[in-house]
Amino acid sequence: MTKAPEKPTPVPKPDQQVGSQPRPIIEAENFAQPPKRKGRTKRLHSGSEIVPTETIAGQALMFVIAIMSFLACLTLGTVTIINQTAHDWQSDISREVTIQIRPFDNVEMDKAVREASKIALGFEGISKVIALNDDAAAKLLEPWLGTGLNIEELPVPKLLTVTIESDAKPDFEAMREALKVNVPGSSLDDHRAWVDRLNTMAWAMVMVGISIFSLVMAATILTVIFATRGAMDSNRNVVEVLHFVGADAGFISNEFQQHFLKLGLKGAASGGAAATLLFIALGLWSSASIGTPQADQIKALFGTFSLGLSGYIGIIIVLVLIAFLTALTTRITVHRYVNSLYSYNSGGK
Amino acid sequence: MIKFENVGLRYGLGPEVLSDLTFQIKPNSMQFLTGPSGAGKTSLLRLMLMSLRPTRGLVTVFGKDAASITPEQLPAIRRKIGVVFQDFRLLDHLTTYENVALPLRVRGSSESSYRSDVTDLLGWVGLGERMHVLPPVLSGGEKQRVAIARALIDQPDILLADEPTGNVDPPLARRLMRLFLELHRSGTAVILATHDLGLMDQFNARRLVLNQGRLQIYD
Repeated sequence: MTKAPEKPTPVPKPDQQVGSQPRPIIEAENFAQPPKRKGRTKRLHSGSEIVPTETIAGQALMFVIAIMSFLACLTLGTVTIINQTAHDWQSDISREVTIQIRPFDNVEMDKAVREASKIALGFEGISKVIALNDDAAAKLLEPWLGTGLNIEELPVPKLLTVTIESDAKPDFEAMREALKVNVPGSSLDDHRAWVDRLNTMAWAMVMVGISIFSLVMAATILTVIFATRGAMDSNRNVVEVLHFVGADAGFISNEFQQHFLKLGLKGAASGGAAATLLFIALGLWSSASIGTPQADQIKALFGTFSLGLSGYIGIIIVLVLIAFLTALTTRITVHRYVNSLYSYNSGGK
Repeated sequence: MIKFENVGLRYGLGPEVLSDLTFQIKPNSMQFLTGPSGAGKTSLLRLMLMSLRPTRGLVTVFGKDAASITPEQLPAIRRKIGVVFQDFRLLDHLTTYENVALPLRVRGSSESSYRSDVTDLLGWVGLGERMHVLPPVLSGGEKQRVAIARALIDQPDILLADEPTGNVDPPLARRLMRLFLELHRSGTAVILATHDLGLMDQFNARRLVLNQGRLQIYD
């Protein structure tokens, strides 16, 4: 309840300690006294934020942070997916090797296939060997030689797919040597050339992604810094008033830092949430579209659009980083401005 | 409390706007600072407030050479000086009550310790009914009184007021003057910048008259 003064407090002596108790300023009757309110009155409190919250510059800053956070999270998520997909391609292709047995005179192919299988299975880390039968070989050649092919009439090499246990690293050199000695016309293709190419391509894609992410982060940081400084400029009057009523630099910096940290967190969370929802929606769409040619193509290129735990942790780190940068920029800007006000020694004009 | 010795001030490379100022503001004193428009009253108040640095001379505030006061020491000194700006400098997003309570809030005082002081003071300056109002809807005179109340709420040792009666009608100006006199009687050194000769004639106080950058003192 608002308390109307009933009587002025006693006049203190001039030598009374200043700042202890309120002194009366003027006889109450010199000014019109407010009539006592009837009913409820507004509760008095200094609850308002010292830094104005609903400014246009503040709202604009929040939107800028949200947009830049969205772009940064989108880039990070894409890089994570590309990295994961490239890793998947690489591990898929490196989990298989192929033994090829070219037809030679006086070589019994079935025997050669059995011998090659036996040799391959004799090595540690080989889980199974599957020989491509004639029908499968004909199907493989169908795009070039057409249908109705009698494979037995052609000197087509026999192919054996050797599957490697995960994390196992068989001695391919020894296997190659053993096949060469024991199975004439055989050769071992460990897909090294493909793996190397894929490695190079995947590495290049990840590097491009990281470069783009770095540029987006740099742009985000610069945008946040400039937008924060712009928003701060509109609050110079507040800083000056606080300064003149005796607020120290720490108090002013803390007020502004807290305010802009909240803005940064709100903006970054909005942008990050939008990016996360987009990835979730794409993941759901790709799951729902399994079987269609478009989805298969996209899946072949980008996997399942699943960010995984590391992707989500990355997004959270980006958001915290952006909010932290906003608060830090604010603190530095306010400190500089307040120090320019406080620097009596450099304030001469 | 404040001492000027041969103080001069120039802006940039221009001529000196204040020259050879030598005077002292004693505790519990009352003075008018007057002179024609553009004579340098506001600049002199800013020198006393340490928001300007003199180009020459020595300014001593509360016994300390102002040039040797560090940024860390400045807030504590500022808290002993109440200021009423010519343009009020109220924060438009805070209510009248919050504007007046601001100096106490930045000092970390708890609201329960100052709520009654603020309401009493606002009542005394005739704004008891305007406590919840934001400055943009206050009249010029009301803003003036809020600015004065904010300067007085922490009972400063020195009050610097720049044209504190410039936006109010003569009767209210006289009432505000009585407010300043009462403050002076209770121990505060008061420096009022005004060019209202009629108002000054009604009160017996020391006069610091600025003319063409030079100061004449009439005790």
